[in-house]
Amino acid sequence: MMYDKKLIIPGLVIFVWLMTLPFWYNSGKATAAPEVKIDTPVIQEMAEKKCIEDKQYMREAHMQVLDDWRDEVVRERKRVEVTTGGKTYEMSLQNECMKCHSNKAEFCDKCHDYVAVDPYCWDCHIEPKEKK
Amino acid sequence: MRVLFPALAVVVGLIILASLGAALGLDAIFGVLVPYAAFVTFVFGFIYRIVKWAQVPVPFRIPSTCGQHKSFPWLKNRSRIDNPSSWPGVVVRMFLEIFCFRSLFRNTKAEIHYTPFSADPPKVVYGSAKWLWLAGLAFHWSFLLIVVRHYRFFTEPIPWLVQFLESLDGFMQFGVPALYMTDGLILAAVTYLFIRRVVVPQLRYISLPADYFPLFLIFGIVVSGMLMRYITRIDVVGVKELAMGWVTLHPTVPDGIGIMFYIHLLLVSVLLAYFPFSKLMHAGGVFLSPTRNLANNNRVKRHINPWNYPVKVHTYEEYEDEFRDLMKEAGIPVEKE
Repeated sequence: MMYDKKLIIPGLVIFVWLMTLPFWYNSGKATAAPEVKIDTPVIQEMAEKKCIEDKQYMREAHMQVLDDWRDEVVRERKRVEVTTGGKTYEMSLQNECMKCHSNKAEFCDKCHDYVAVDPYCWDCHIEPKEKK
Repeated sequence: MRVLFPALAVVVGLIILASLGAALGLDAIFGVLVPYAAFVTFVFGFIYRIVKWAQVPVPFRIPSTCGQHKSFPWLKNRSRIDNPSSWPGVVVRMFLEIFCFRSLFRNTKAEIHYTPFSADPPKVVYGSAKWLWLAGLAFHWSFLLIVVRHYRFFTEPIPWLVQFLESLDGFMQFGVPALYMTDGLILAAVTYLFIRRVVVPQLRYISLPADYFPLFLIFGIVVSGMLMRYITRIDVVGVKELAMGWVTLHPTVPDGIGIMFYIHLLLVSVLLAYFPFSKLMHAGGVFLSPTRNLANNNRVKRHINPWNYPVKVHTYEEYEDEFRDLMKEAGIPVEKE
């Protein structure tokens, strides 16, 4: 025997609805994780298709690399970064990263949008012009 | 120590278990089975507890309030929120209770003050105690914001509100990924809530493993989450892939998510499964607090105790029907001729 059913049952319905909201929200929608595209002209011409570090590291830590670069360039006036493999890279988002990854919409934005990350790179940097 | 240690040991054990599970590649168990089981336990356990509570009759309004009751019209200063006589007042009182923890705001302390180098007897001093209220408020609101923020992993496209709250939380733009204010707040609040139990002798005396365990568990969740975001790093896209798999009922476990995530996930799963059977049920219980959610209308409305056994009554009407003739004979006035 339950008391105050007319308040408690709607309350429980709201509770269940709230808790299962993602199930309703996404039902019937096919979702696939975004595939980042690296088929830009510059990358295609590369003999060894390799970023400054390996793929997994770049996936997880590219934002920290960029943050460190910014601090070093802006505060220390150090513009050259030597990474593993003895290759020399310029610490520059616009001139180095975007040289290969010239496809911002397909490369940067896809994942950032997927996980609601809104980096403020382009508050200062000039966004590459892309053909839509 | 005998009380504190078991709670700590369980949390440490869970962390080791999750690490082992991730190391042995038991992703299907710790990444799919355990979270699902925990979620189902949480929802059904929660309903079970509420239904169980709803079976307890509340026959009488419990006017444990601090305000003037509605009575004579000339009586001034009646408090409409503290001692409501109808439901609108109750709604306001419940709102303030749930969103502002008003009862806790009234928390007081009693201390014995000794005057040094004097023959005066020690004095008992009462005062307001707001730190618990403040830490509680910071803790609960941070927790809510953190949960809402996590909806970015469970929704596609991500609702505007989630993105807005996230940008608000990371407003300081400190570090990359941006530091969330709620992360710092909840860490500070949980630490305070723990330290207060250990440092205040009266509190330490009444604290049980069931009080420490949720604190350690939540501390573990916060720390593993923060480590994952700010220090050890994680493939966020993989995490969302996993979470979207759960909510679309097509679970997939992507590679390379890392041990720290599985620690975080197992601790959250245990929190969910433990929730309905612990003191954490105050989340549902606050809605069912009889001293808060009932209008104080004892003198206006008759409340009947449901477990009263039927009382045999003999009303005056029945009495008169029975003895009318005798009454008339004896000259006693009757209501019905």
